[in-house]
Amino acid sequence: MTATTWPDARGRFGKFGGRYVPETLVGALERLDLAAHEALADERFGETLSLELESWVGRPTPLSRAQRLGDAWGLELWLKREDLAHTGAHKINNAVGQALLAQRMGAGRVVAETGAGQHGVAAAAACARLGLPCTVYMGAIDMKRQAPNVQRMRLFGTEVVPVEAGDATLRAAIDEAMRDWVADPEGTFYLLGSVVGPHPYPWLVRQFQRVIGIEARHQFLKRTGGLPDACIACVGGGSNAIGLFHPFLDDPVELIGIEAGGATGRSGIDGGAGHAATITHGSPGVLHGCYSMLLQDSDGQILETHSVSAGLDYPGVGPEHSFLNSSSIAYYYTVSDAEAIGALEECSRLEGILPALETAHALAGAKNYGRDHPGASLLLGCSGRGDKDLDILAGAGL
Amino acid sequence: MTAPPVGRVTALERRLKHPTSGAPALVAYLTAGFPSRSAFPDLLRSVAGVADAVEIGVPFTDPMADGITIQRTSRIALEDGVTLHWILEMLGSVGRLEAPVLLMSYVNPLLAYGWHRLTDRAGEVDVAGFIVPDLPWEECQPVRSRIEGAGMALVQLVSPLTPEPRLQTLCAASRGFVYAVTTTGTTGGEGNTEGIADYLRRVTRHSTVPVCAGFGIRSTRQVRQLAPHVDGVVIGSALLEVIERGGEPARFLRDLCEGSSGGMGGAGQRGGPAAATP
Ligand SMILES: Cc1ncc(COP(=O)(O)O)c(C=O)c1O
Repeated sequence: MTATTWPDARGRFGKFGGRYVPETLVGALERLDLAAHEALADERFGETLSLELESWVGRPTPLSRAQRLGDAWGLELWLKREDLAHTGAHKINNAVGQALLAQRMGAGRVVAETGAGQHGVAAAAACARLGLPCTVYMGAIDMKRQAPNVQRMRLFGTEVVPVEAGDATLRAAIDEAMRDWVADPEGTFYLLGSVVGPHPYPWLVRQFQRVIGIEARHQFLKRTGGLPDACIACVGGGSNAIGLFHPFLDDPVELIGIEAGGATGRSGIDGGAGHAATITHGSPGVLHGCYSMLLQDSDGQILETHSVSAGLDYPGVGPEHSFLNSSSIAYYYTVSDAEAIGALEECSRLEGILPALETAHALAGAKNYGRDHPGASLLLGCSGRGDKDLDILAGAGL
Repeated sequence: MTAPPVGRVTALERRLKHPTSGAPALVAYLTAGFPSRSAFPDLLRSVAGVADAVEIGVPFTDPMADGITIQRTSRIALEDGVTLHWILEMLGSVGRLEAPVLLMSYVNPLLAYGWHRLTDRAGEVDVAGFIVPDLPWEECQPVRSRIEGAGMALVQLVSPLTPEPRLQTLCAASRGFVYAVTTTGTTGGEGNTEGIADYLRRVTRHSTVPVCAGFGIRSTRQVRQLAPHVDGVVIGSALLEVIERGGEPARFLRDLCEGSSGGMGGAGQRGGPAAATP
């Protein structure tokens, strides 16, 4: 098996993945798996999706050479501009795909979770466009730190439900969305926002996000006549990263995921609380329906995480990343909150692009990469724009 | 090992078929270490004196199949330092219980403990079986043979949405009992005891072991409605809420089935062990 053929029929990427859910959800996941395979093989569905991506999302998104930032960091730096996609992040690629699937399956309503609010906004927008009622669960802490996105969701007619339970961030929001879904798995469609959760989600979300890498690979070849030395992206659940990486899996291109090191910093290996670097510091276990790397204590309890970026503040990670890491096909590093904020400031000042705090982690990772590989050509997944983060940035003195 | 391997599961199945609490059998769910670690052994003894089996819930930080009551009790237990390690130690020192004990846990705390170590240790402290709500049939195979090989049961859960051929497989494979979830949704919600007679009939038809219904069962009326269709009922959130209010859990359980078994026979069997508890 080559790296591109995973997952297998049971939703495994090597030993990672699977479907660890209550019996009540098994049938719904099997129906989703079947319907998704049918839809993705159906030319008409493909045409509808392509048209939506082109005429409503604004795809293909551009590939921008970041000349001044690249010069500053000793790199030939290219940005795949998902920040220019409708609603401001790559999340819309998956939201449109799943919403069309929900409609095709005759779902009466959609539920979703959100961390930074970018997936919530994308799901809300896609559901508004298709006339599907939508409920989004969002941690109470995240609702405060990403307030503009809450307002946007509400304008799109979506009900935003605050989650006070647990850690009141993304992980608690997923717990709550799953509880909602389990109450009516036949009438409700769960529009999951990253490459996590039970099979088929890690596969399905990847298929909808591969458009990032497919376009970028084509654009890069066209612009430079070759391939980049490396692709780099931030990893929360891992959807923008897998979307960028996957079409490069058979190429001699280094694949680098950047996790949120929180306060601990780039080479922080102390592994305590205070970060969200799941692959770097975690161990395998089951959370939210799949076997993957986790931040957990020795009793298998899930740890609280910290990141300045709500979209990366999650103690799990997609099973395919765990697989790519354990097989040394992709490599994962961390950067700190401070490094991310610093890189965000440089990108804004030198390129006129305000990236999301999530994306800023990839940028800080690129800067570190440039130090070790001067002159390298780097393709960076610019996963989203940072308007939502202005309050946090003001708080950080920017 | 305290008993020959096959004995423990058979004893559990017999007890649920011929409950001493009356009919239907009562399966009580307690969150381990709730309301506190120090109060738990006495609570467990007292509940085991009334119930026909006790499920001890291993608290988990992300209980996705549970409603707010078990979320709350789990959080309190975790804050009090409850771990699977503590639970197994406690079971080793609590003394002989009058009802068989099962561990109910999400899969991750079990994985973290390690299946080999877990089945060895659980066998030593007389655990009769495991209920793992996020370990569906497709994922449970190696674990199931390990648990059964160690003389314990892996209880399968079925739901009203489980299609017929799958229902047959799950019922045939279940040991200890079949856990018939009454409704979609999480624990502690509005249990659905009406309009599920047909579903429960199908479950019973396919099962060679007792069938117990659970999720959202709170009242004598519900127990009475379910009684003709199942061997037992699982009482969880409602029992925990009694404990939270400072009520008497053993008495609550006794009242639940006393009120429900009138007119169905079996009431006369009660009184032995139950009457002896505070
Ligand atoms: C802009 C942006 N990038 C990245 C992420 C992280 O998600 P993922 O790792 O699935 O791409 C988010 C999540 O909210 C986001 O909003």
